[in-house]
Amino acid sequence: MSEVVMPRLSDTMEEGELAKWLKNEGDTITKGDILAEIETDKATMDLEAFESGVLEKHLVEAGTVVPIGTPVAMIGDGSAKSEAPKKESPKKASAKKDEPQTDDEPAAEEPSVEKSPAEKSPEAEDQPEAEDPLVEKSPEAASRNQPEANAKAEPSPEPASTESADDSSRPRMSPLARKIAKDHGLDPAAITGSGPQGRVVRADVEAAIADEPSQNQPSQNQPSQNSPSASASAVNVAAPLTGKDEVVAVNRIRKVAAKRLTESQAVPHFFLTSIVSMEKLLAFRVDVNESLESQGIKVSVNDLFVRAAAVTLRQHPEANSSWGDDALVRRGNVNVGIAVATDSGLLVPVIRNADQKDLAAISRETVALAAKARDGKLSPDEMSGGTFSVSNLGMFGIDQFTAMINPPEAGILAVGATNPVPMLRDGELVEVPKLKITLTVDHRVMDGAVAAGFLRDLVENLEKPLRLIL
Amino acid sequence: MTEMTYRQALNETLRAELKRDENVYLIGEEIGVFEGSYKITAGLLKEFGPKRVVDTPISEEGFTGVAIGSAMLGLRPVVEIMTINFSLIAIDQIVNHAAKIRTMFGGEVSVPIVIRTPGGGGQQLAATHSQNLEVWYAHIPGLKVVAPSNPADAKALLTAAIRDDDPVLFLENLGLYNLKGDVPDGEQVGEIGTAAIAKEGTDITVVSYSRGVVTALEVAKEFAEKGVSVEVVDLRSLRPLDRNTICESVRKTSRAVIFEDDLLSYGIGAEISATIGEGAFDWLDAPVRRVAGAEVPLPYAKPLERAAMPDAADLTKVINETLAASAFKGDQNV
Repeated sequence: MSEVVMPRLSDTMEEGELAKWLKNEGDTITKGDILAEIETDKATMDLEAFESGVLEKHLVEAGTVVPIGTPVAMIGDGSAKSEAPKKESPKKASAKKDEPQTDDEPAAEEPSVEKSPAEKSPEAEDQPEAEDPLVEKSPEAASRNQPEANAKAEPSPEPASTESADDSSRPRMSPLARKIAKDHGLDPAAITGSGPQGRVVRADVEAAIADEPSQNQPSQNQPSQNSPSASASAVNVAAPLTGKDEVVAVNRIRKVAAKRLTESQAVPHFFLTSIVSMEKLLAFRVDVNESLESQGIKVSVNDLFVRAAAVTLRQHPEANSSWGDDALVRRGNVNVGIAVATDSGLLVPVIRNADQKDLAAISRETVALAAKARDGKLSPDEMSGGTFSVSNLGMFGIDQFTAMINPPEAGILAVGATNPVPMLRDGELVEVPKLKITLTVDHRVMDGAVAAGFLRDLVENLEKPLRLIL
Repeated sequence: MTEMTYRQALNETLRAELKRDENVYLIGEEIGVFEGSYKITAGLLKEFGPKRVVDTPISEEGFTGVAIGSAMLGLRPVVEIMTINFSLIAIDQIVNHAAKIRTMFGGEVSVPIVIRTPGGGGQQLAATHSQNLEVWYAHIPGLKVVAPSNPADAKALLTAAIRDDDPVLFLENLGLYNLKGDVPDGEQVGEIGTAAIAKEGTDITVVSYSRGVVTALEVAKEFAEKGVSVEVVDLRSLRPLDRNTICESVRKTSRAVIFEDDLLSYGIGAEISATIGEGAFDWLDAPVRRVAGAEVPLPYAKPLERAAMPDAADLTKVINETLAASAFKGDQNV
């Protein structure tokens, strides 16, 4: 079984959108078939099959944006339909013109299942009685220059790894990059790779060293020959460290988050706060959970906010939009991201089409995504494509806060803690549970009045919770 | 320094060694009256007579055996096997006798024999006459295998091979005989077992030998115009193999491509690649890649033959891929 990966289709391409699947799971594939359309930063292009077989599985839904090198489909002989792709040692023959690095990793336990390119061709020699092996085989191979067959420049198999491709505990890294990172005390997992399948190469490590001057500081005896300029800048830029200071290496999640948040700073934000009466919503939650008890589902307050946000976004397409340079993009799907705190950092898995999912589905999916987030098992797919986010610090007793937008989303809802508030009702002083929600808005996408309309309806949906199940 | 072809360099070296040492003699098919299928021995029969330039029947096993026996008794035969493909008939003599006698006779006898033979395809000689079997011999302890890529090395290494006390397979290439180059005048004794840096570079190492070096140098020149500095390592000797020079080059460039005329599987490139893995692992920024011949019996038809043989376009493609695989931006090593 082989993985088909998102190819690099241009020099500047870092990710591509799997715009449309042209072959379905179970379809028989002939080498050269167009599997899908890929939308890059530049154009829509074809994703071609580089080997024949059966399309076992789509690993990525249409419409998903994934980094280059991400497996998007599995091609096999049709027998391994139910097998988990990661169990399979990844062999990708999906070499693209610019990006022909192919791994050829026969599974250790069954070395005969996959014939390596080099093993295939002797078949021609094994059958001298064939009418004319040369005319049968080599012309095709030679003219098409397919690595599978007899191409002269065959791809080198990469060092076999028994781990799955998405195992982040041992990131792909060139030996040189690994050595430089080690010499500089950098955590390889914290470095973003620009090579094939995200392999970290020397240039990435050197960039990381240049980016994180302070990180560089403590190991004074490191060999500096590899990056004299980086070391020099480290000395200049870093705040002087004292003996009391500690430099803590960060993981990839924190690095990515730092980058995204810095990007977020470029978004012109404004903030709107409303107070929500939680009386009915909390009672509604009790009712809902009673009815779902038999299914083992417990809807959280956060699930209610996700659902409410989704319903309100469907009412207000102007809020379910992004700023695209000089135009607004109205997103067709309502995909709500949920901020999840994990030991390794903040992650934002996305509930897709949350407006079309009932509370039970949202709850179930949230529980699964949060567990994956904590285990570090979220795929890029599960963290991308959001159109709006919900962040909740209520459980930490925060009354009110403002959240930062996760670009290209145009809004994020910050949910505070529920507190009893005294209120006069029918002349009597009663205690009503209330909380504050703050909407952060991309001003390029929405003006104050538009955003206020969205927030007003959101509050109304929360305070009339039957709307959440309509 | 005199400019001459590879063919002339070989011819003059044979002449010089025949003159220098009366124990040196040439033996092979059609090397005398016909002056050699590729005219390497032109004029030598006339000059040195039939005892020093021996024409034989078509009998590779026989005349190779004669040469080995005479070498054991003190002569220094230079055998011409018309192409390396025909050495298969003499392979028992070469592998089981020439290569083993010194060891199996406790070091008491040596076999100072040179087997000159051209390999390579590209002349439409079809599958059985176009092979690159040098790796078969490079695999055998007791043999030395040299594969010069230019006239100067052809002279220096042939001289060294004739004077070496062990059997040397001297690999020539049909595509190199007309290659011109400057050759130092006077006696030049090369050192068997050292590679040369045919062109210095800093961004990527291309390792090759024999005719492949010529192509590699052309490709390196094209890359230089694009701002990519390719270092070309000319192995010159396949056994012994100069592993240090290879690894030193890769430690400098961090990237390596092997360009070989032989077949990919179990080929020269596999050995070089393993050498790099063992000696320069921590310096690699991209997987080592190989460019080798298509694994088919070489077709006769010209377009197919051309397509099956590794060429400059193949090498260029793989160099580009290797650069891309390590995010080469042209500003490293500066």
